[in-house]
Amino acid sequence: MWDIRLQSVSKSYAKDAEKAVNDISLHVEEGKLFGLIGPDGAGKTTLFRILTTLILADSGTAQVGGYDVVKDFKVIRNSIGYMPGRFSLYQDLTVKENLRFFATLFNTSIQENYALIEDIYKQIEPFNDRRAGKLSGGMKQKLALCCALIHSPRVLFLDEPTTGVDAVSRKEFWGMLKNLKAKGITIMVSTPYMDEASLCEEIALIQEGNIMSVNTPDEIIDQYPEMLYAIKSKGMNQLLQELRNSELIATANSFGEYHHITLAKQGTKDLLIQALSHREDVELKSVRPTIEDCFINLMSNG
Amino acid sequence: MKQLLAFIHKEFLHVFRDPKTMLLLFGLPIAQILLFGFALSNEINHSKIIVVDYARDASTRSIIEKVRASENFDLYGVFNDHQQIEETFKRGETKMAIVFPTNFNQDLIHSGYAEIQLITDASDPNTATTLVNYFNMLLLDYQRELIEVQEMPFNINLSLRNIYNPELEGTTNFVPGVMALVLLLVCVLMTSVAIVKEKELGTMEILLVSPFHPFMVIISKVIPYLFLSIVNLIVILALSVFVLKLEIAGSLILLFGVSILLILAALSLGILISNVTNNQQTAMLISLMGMLLPTLMFTGFMFPIENMPRFLQVISNIVPSRWYYIIVKNVMIKGLGFESIWKESLILAGMTVFLLLVSIKKFKIRLA
Repeated sequence: MWDIRLQSVSKSYAKDAEKAVNDISLHVEEGKLFGLIGPDGAGKTTLFRILTTLILADSGTAQVGGYDVVKDFKVIRNSIGYMPGRFSLYQDLTVKENLRFFATLFNTSIQENYALIEDIYKQIEPFNDRRAGKLSGGMKQKLALCCALIHSPRVLFLDEPTTGVDAVSRKEFWGMLKNLKAKGITIMVSTPYMDEASLCEEIALIQEGNIMSVNTPDEIIDQYPEMLYAIKSKGMNQLLQELRNSELIATANSFGEYHHITLAKQGTKDLLIQALSHREDVELKSVRPTIEDCFINLMSNG
Repeated sequence: MKQLLAFIHKEFLHVFRDPKTMLLLFGLPIAQILLFGFALSNEINHSKIIVVDYARDASTRSIIEKVRASENFDLYGVFNDHQQIEETFKRGETKMAIVFPTNFNQDLIHSGYAEIQLITDASDPNTATTLVNYFNMLLLDYQRELIEVQEMPFNINLSLRNIYNPELEGTTNFVPGVMALVLLLVCVLMTSVAIVKEKELGTMEILLVSPFHPFMVIISKVIPYLFLSIVNLIVILALSVFVLKLEIAGSLILLFGVSILLILAALSLGILISNVTNNQQTAMLISLMGMLLPTLMFTGFMFPIENMPRFLQVISNIVPSRWYYIIVKNVMIKGLGFESIWKESLILAGMTVFLLLVSIKKFKIRLA
């Protein structure tokens, strides 16, 4: 059973503008935690807005929970939870007032679905009477999630929920998503952070309105076509320059502590070590690619 | 229904928690009514007046003496012919002329009846009326003195002529004008900003992605501001009655009825504006620029519409406050009933229905 279904959906905001979303087809199974991974401006928000019935696609069809986003938008609006990218609650209302308002708006009460939000709500309950505008970034996200969940939606859309949130809160947030998934809610979440991709069951890599790959994170990594090495030495900046100029190297990208490189046809590991023998503390090892490596690879090949 | 109530409750919280909104909502009308009220109702001192005395007898002399002695008047001069009046009026040197006919004293003593002609420059109608009133008091004073001495009823009749603005349009009636202005401005501004704010903060996205009907969003925005506007109206009326001592001559219910009509028209206009704008600044600018100038110009309380060029008169027909102003003047000042204002009320109602329908039709159920 598919909960989200996109069939060659395209959308551009102006007549001759580039397409924000270009011929995208996607299926998300019921109960899956699905991630849309891509940089800013990749078309993630546009896709979300089409699925949440907020904007109309130029072409193609989309269904959520089996309902058409154009024809049955009223049914869909009853059965989904949506958390926009920007904090979108009433800043001048308190935590409790916000929650109660959204509960009433969805024809339910806080008590009715308390079980669903309990874990999350407990953490912000001490601040019940604080205005939403005065909460910290992580707290705001938790409140927004509570509000999006209050009516026990079938599908949850979270547009970049972890952007601008500190590392600890981000980790917590993903923990909460796991719990929600366990309760049977289909979740579509977008993020620009590649390291969060592995926390999803299935991901779509999206870039400039095009989907480059859809699969589980592991499969995507397994499909990485080259041997990937991590290298480091003293003077990392010069090293990167040298690697990029070397005929032995196909690609070289800075990656935290290491540079990730792939070898050109004529390059081998031994030849490379030889070529770098003048540098101090060279360390070269083969590594399993990350989603970011895959993304860069797909991007340069696409 | 529960949803609607929750929404309305939320809307009130927004208003009461924002001091700026409160100030705009209640401070502006109070400030305006008081400013207009006192600026226009303050007494006038040392106004230059001109006297044309064809009689030059004892009576006229003593009246002129009284004028000279009065704080309110400054005597520009006593002349022998009419010519002077028009000239000094045109140069703006005098505001009123007193004309004594020949044989003033004789008429008064023998027949007990005499006439004085007052000519006022009514281009500033408030000053004109005030000056006439001052002179009237002065004359009564004189008559009382005469009766004490001669024990014979005298009757000095004032024949009044206003030039430049004979109808005295827009005199003490600034209150209806301010009511129209304030209600229109506040309502349009408030609703447009309230809706655009939801767009700007992104909360509109969530509201739309909810089972709540978009039409209900409009309703729940309109109701709080309708209520607050009525409170506003009560404040304005109370100020007019108790501070500015203006009596409400006609039916209060009728007055409230037509006011609600205008408020609804204004609220619909606000919703319409909110549809075409995406941030509060623009909404505010459109509401203020789009409302303030036409309302000031075409309502008729600052500039009489009869004196405008033909095409401006035609334009003035589409300004709701113009009709409202006529209605309020008739009901509040002249004390007339519904039969005198049904035409204007019908026009206003038509505008309201039209605006409301268009604004609901145009309200977007999606983002773009």
